Amino acid sequence: MKMELIQPFINAADAVLAQNLGSSLSIGNVSMEEEAYRRKGVAAMVRLTGDIEGRVIFDLDTETAVRIARRFAGAELPESDDLVRETVFELANQVIGNAVTTLNDQGFHFRVHPPALHVSEHGAKSSEDTEVLVMCFETSSGNVFMNIAMQYSVQSKGLAAGGRG
Amino acid sequence: MEQFATMRRSKDGQPIRYLVVDDSVFARKNLARMIETFGGQLAGEAGDGAAAITEYDRTNPDIVLMDITMPQMEGIEAAERIVQKHPEARVVMVSSVGYQENIVAALQRGARHFVQKPVKPEVLYEVIKYVMGEDGCVANAAAVGAPGGAGEAK
Repeated sequence: MKMELIQPFINAADAVLAQNLGSSLSIGNVSMEEEAYRRKGVAAMVRLTGDIEGRVIFDLDTETAVRIARRFAGAELPESDDLVRETVFELANQVIGNAVTTLNDQGFHFRVHPPALHVSEHGAKSSEDTEVLVMCFETSSGNVFMNIAMQYSVQSKGLAAGGRG
Repeated sequence: MEQFATMRRSKDGQPIRYLVVDDSVFARKNLARMIETFGGQLAGEAGDGAAAITEYDRTNPDIVLMDITMPQMEGIEAAERIVQKHPEARVVMVSSVGYQENIVAALQRGARHFVQKPVKPEVLYEVIKYVMGEDGCVANAAAVGAPGGAGEAK
């Protein structure tokens, strides 16, 4: 497991959720996915390409998304598909933006693609080169799942081995 | 949400007017709520850089809070275009992507400051105060929240 790539995402998720929800949270189940990813609720997928390649999926059920949305907005909001999608996207954007900031300052350069709604029930199965880590953040508003598959790109492998970052 | 000492325009004592630019409705709502706690006024909203330019021309705000990663036209390019046309424009970039290259690019192209998401109200408040400089003033503590006081919006 390449923790140096994954840790910034964990730290960012921890900070973003705590700041937005105004309460502490804990990390529940952490597992390496051996089977294909199974979506748990509404999921946003963000792809990264460049020195590091992979994708991060944020996944939460509708009730959790609505509760988080209300915390984000500080107001009662009517439940809708748009609201749920917007919540998951904003969460993904903030977490990934913060993680990317850390990795970029360590010398890694890559492009973050706009989030896309992950609609299929299953995601790609992990391969030899791709580590898939699934984490559950237990918050006061419900569980938020983060699924990370990340690897060094072919071009950057030599640099990474040379002690980059 | 915490209430802050009201910030006003020095020239006429009116609320500072903000243009909020972000493709996320959420982020816009969140910023609008913070602006309210600063005693500011939402002059307009835009969901991408191109719309931000149009909205700036229409509303002539005191401050623009601009996201970076947006569809159509990104925030740094929109900031540059606004500042080229309105050199007095005060654009503050608000983004979750806060690495040094991004910040430097934004500042070189006309932005006055940078705030990283998730936005902490106290940080944004201090940045607004700094960016407004002598063109902004903070109501004294005694007036804050006092109906009819100097810090109370009429």
